[in-house]
Amino acid sequence: MDQFLTFGIVGLSTAAIYAVIGSGLVLTYTTTGVFNFAHGAAGMLSAFMYWQLTVGWGWPVPVALVVVLLVLAPGFGLLVERFVLRPVQALGEAERLVMTVALLSGLIATARWIWDPNVARPLPMFFAARKPIHLGPAVITWHQAITMAVAVAVAIGLRILLYRTRAGAEMRAAVDDRALVGLTGADPVRAGRVSWILGTQLAAIGGILIAPTVTLDAAQLSLLIVSAYTAAVFGRLRSLPLTFLGAVVVGCMESYLTGYLPQNEYLPGLRLAAPAFLLFLALLVFPHRRLRGRERRLARVPVPTARGTLVFAAVVIAFGAVLASLLGEADLITYGAIFSLGVVALSYVPLAGYAGQVSLCQLSMAGIGAVVWGHLGAHGQLWALGAAILVSAAAGALVALPALRLSGVYLALGTAAFAVILDRWIFGIPAFHVFGLRIALFDQGSVDVSGPRLFGLRLDSGRELMVFAAVCLALASIGVAALRRSRFGRRLIALRDSEAAYATLGGNLLVAKVAVFALASGIAGLGGALYGMQQRTVTADQFSLIAGLPIFLVAVVGGLGAVGNGLFAGTAFVAPTNALIAIAPGTANLVALLPGLAGVGLGHNPDGIVSRFRRQWEPLARDRIALPILLCVLALAWALRFTDVINDWTYYGGSLVIAAALRAWASARQAEPAEPEIPVEWWGLRRAWRPEDEEVLARGVAAG
Amino acid sequence: MSALLELRGIRAAHERITVLHGVDLDVAAGQVVALLGPNGAGKTTTLRVAAGVHPAESGQLVLGGRDMTGADPRDLARAGVCLIPEGRGVFPNLSVRDNLLMMTFTGRSREEIEEIAFARFPVLARRAGQAAGTLSGGEQQMLALARGLTTDPAVLLLDELSMGLAPLVVGRLYEQVGEIARQGVAVLVVEQFAAAVLDICDHAAVLVRGRVERQGHPDGGLRAELSALYLGSST
Amino acid sequence: MASLQVSGVTVSFGGNRALDGVALTAEAGRVTGLIGPNGAGKSTLFDVASGLRRPSSGQVRLDGRDVTRARPSARARHGLARTFQRLELFGRLSVRDNLLVAAELGPERRRADRIVTEILHRLELTDLADTSPDALPTGVGRLVEVGRALAIRPKVLLLDEPAAGQDVEETERFAELLRALTDDGTAVVLVEHDMSLVMAVCDEVYVLDLGKIIAVGPPEVIRSDETVLAAYLGDA
Repeated sequence: MDQFLTFGIVGLSTAAIYAVIGSGLVLTYTTTGVFNFAHGAAGMLSAFMYWQLTVGWGWPVPVALVVVLLVLAPGFGLLVERFVLRPVQALGEAERLVMTVALLSGLIATARWIWDPNVARPLPMFFAARKPIHLGPAVITWHQAITMAVAVAVAIGLRILLYRTRAGAEMRAAVDDRALVGLTGADPVRAGRVSWILGTQLAAIGGILIAPTVTLDAAQLSLLIVSAYTAAVFGRLRSLPLTFLGAVVVGCMESYLTGYLPQNEYLPGLRLAAPAFLLFLALLVFPHRRLRGRERRLARVPVPTARGTLVFAAVVIAFGAVLASLLGEADLITYGAIFSLGVVALSYVPLAGYAGQVSLCQLSMAGIGAVVWGHLGAHGQLWALGAAILVSAAAGALVALPALRLSGVYLALGTAAFAVILDRWIFGIPAFHVFGLRIALFDQGSVDVSGPRLFGLRLDSGRELMVFAAVCLALASIGVAALRRSRFGRRLIALRDSEAAYATLGGNLLVAKVAVFALASGIAGLGGALYGMQQRTVTADQFSLIAGLPIFLVAVVGGLGAVGNGLFAGTAFVAPTNALIAIAPGTANLVALLPGLAGVGLGHNPDGIVSRFRRQWEPLARDRIALPILLCVLALAWALRFTDVINDWTYYGGSLVIAAALRAWASARQAEPAEPEIPVEWWGLRRAWRPEDEEVLARGVAAG
Repeated sequence: MSALLELRGIRAAHERITVLHGVDLDVAAGQVVALLGPNGAGKTTTLRVAAGVHPAESGQLVLGGRDMTGADPRDLARAGVCLIPEGRGVFPNLSVRDNLLMMTFTGRSREEIEEIAFARFPVLARRAGQAAGTLSGGEQQMLALARGLTTDPAVLLLDELSMGLAPLVVGRLYEQVGEIARQGVAVLVVEQFAAAVLDICDHAAVLVRGRVERQGHPDGGLRAELSALYLGSST
Repeated sequence: MASLQVSGVTVSFGGNRALDGVALTAEAGRVTGLIGPNGAGKSTLFDVASGLRRPSSGQVRLDGRDVTRARPSARARHGLARTFQRLELFGRLSVRDNLLVAAELGPERRRADRIVTEILHRLELTDLADTSPDALPTGVGRLVEVGRALAIRPKVLLLDEPAAGQDVEETERFAELLRALTDDGTAVVLVEHDMSLVMAVCDEVYVLDLGKIIAVGPPEVIRSDETVLAAYLGDA
């Protein structure tokens, strides 16, 4: 009984922290419509700051608290509101989601950069020296008592703020009808600003309170927030009292699982994954939503031509072959990921680009592909590659079933929870037997992965594997391009554009969504298997949620609708970062920030870089003089490099410069021909209506 | 009588399609002007332009002799323009009291505002603690009107006050609107239920396909033309 | 033979009854008009008929089959198609692909290409086949939605303000199209504010006001019905 009470107190004090953090999340979501994935990361950053001020620089605790809570946190909240979210306020839900995911990824990278993750940073509890309080059989430490008191104070304070002050009324009014707030003469932006400040402060309080009880680790602390998310989802992201209730459920569950879960090798991960499980379940009992109507603005999905696709595939393979011929063995492993992770990124094109399903667990699917290949394909049998794709696809279909009920933020949350369940629990359990079939995962450590056997040849060197991966990426790109032109592809785009219209025309949403999840996960599984082959051994860490976020971000920046995104995202994710590290080894942490920064830059180019790229380089590809010249120059440069006449930098830099120069020349040669004549009656239809048109028409009528 | 609100040659577009082709309207203080016409004629857009919520492509918006073309909705609100949008301009999850509290930007205290509102619509006093979304449709419109009134508006823009309401309720609401106007407010009303407004307005304009087709005194001739417009001419 | 039969349908939002015991029958080969002031519940009735909204009570029958609990897609397979007042076009697909998606979901998917070409021709949209529907004026967009609904070869067609944004000449051509459809045996339900169109093409007109059917009858009767006039003009 005493033990039960003790665990209950631990649970309640954890619950108090989740409640504080969760209420901040609810506050910003309701008033600004932004679900802040980086909410936990803000708390994490505050905890680090607090450590820096108190332990690092020895400031007194009260001063440090004031600085963090009243200066740094509000300032940070305002910065985020102004520079990250306001630019995308007018864009769709998906773009806002991506912004906060970018922020999460960027903050983790920043924290790791500033505070070396390999140094332990213990934070003392509040009043650790004082004797704990005895309440009958229960013992409460001062830290726990303070935590609970803070939560109660936050609850009361929020209640007063929201229901007793004008600022609170304004915030609640902004939830109801943002446009109407403007009409009443109040400032809707101000309500948003207040809620960002408060939300960040609440995250900071939570971060500082929880940090002493866990290790101060950027990723772990940011993800502890999964529990706070769960609490918020209990409140349907709207109700503060229900959020507090949810926090109590999550906190106590975690605590009692720690206390009473049987000790065996399969279950410890379950305790870590339990909040994610609960989040998944909480999302599932959400009431059925009505079918979505049309969204305001969606990025285009270009239709690739057959010829263009084949040329692109050839370029991918040629690029792989050139790299393979020039790189050393260590570089081959590093840069081989361009193609394997490119395949993983490509899986976003049908899933998120066409069907609009934002999934954050694609890299986890790749992990499944990698382990299946690692175990079954140990001797390189090609059928095992098929099995890896199929098992990943099956896992994808499993995620899709609940996904039918979810969309937007909720789907992203659900898939993130799934990724957390995989990397905290499932990937960590030892091999087990089901109906005599041995199922092995990461064997609680690492799995060796070997190359495939093709036409009797064993592909094992980095060189061969890179070309193999390039060929796979080329084939997968051709496949996705074919999908875009197929009946299924049209359906996916249609169901994203208007679920209501798709369903009333006779389309089955469940079947289409399950199919696209399976397809995308299969592609990701293939990518994972290829990645594993190149890495030789894989661990669960390489396929975690946090590891997958930057790939998602780079894919979004590339433009989810473009088939060329596989190559782009793979290259952009792998090449610049590693090249920078090679030039200046000190920048390793800076480059980890890049995907986050790129994601934040999304607001300026929502259609994606790939389509802009294509537009810019199209003149060169069509030019009958410039293109052959370019090909000859590239071949020559390659020959010079291959024979060591020039070095790496001259080769890569020179090729880029020459290509850019030829592109400029080609587009100048094909300078815009005169605008095609459009008959008068089609003005405003075939081309935009212009202000001067009316006058032209009027004159025409008068003259005629 | 000089106009308080003047719209001069307003042209406006939705996406790329022009919906207003040069609308001219004058509303004087103390006057109720009804803007009538079939669906899609551009009535709501006209109001939204007047409130600064929808940009005009060309034309002028003059308020009390001052050119306010292109002004921010907030500035117009502070200059005394109050738009009650279609479909209950209230915050459904806020209590009646908190809905009124949203109007304290005028510098008035909460008590003063409640006094003004409850004096005009006593029923609201009885519902003060209730969430606005749980009020009846008529009461919600009263709340929206009351909220408008507390700003001491110079110009009141009303969009489809009658939406989804029983005719009797609509009649009463418009009686109130008439009284508000008599206190010196310029009122511009967009309405589908022409009859209810025609009884209380001083001037009516009929908008068809983005142009004012006819305007004048709301007499029998206008009524006959309207029913032809709505139900199709029998010829 | 009644193609679509709605009976006793009630829908409540919060405390308000958007529809209150509504009954409507649309027969094959006839155009049934549904008119009423804004906010009367016309689009809600379409949502109930097409399965996007569950009524709290009442029945929806298609060709005599009870489909009250059927999913939207199942109703479409039984021959029901609709358009939307707020356009619900597939904005990222070309006009042709918009129709093609529908045709491929319809009963004659093998002939999908031919069906689409034929409908594009019939609606005079062939020149716009490769444009994005987002670039079209609303009036043309509505026509594309009509074409998309036709592509599943419906037996019952619900049209929500299809002629809004069309000029007089286009409206006349649209009226001809409706007559041609009913000649083929389609049951059409038409929600429309353009009374000249309603009066010209409807065989029967239902008037909905505040969620209730207040009058049913042939157009010439409805036109001179006092309660209808009152509902429109607001006379108490």
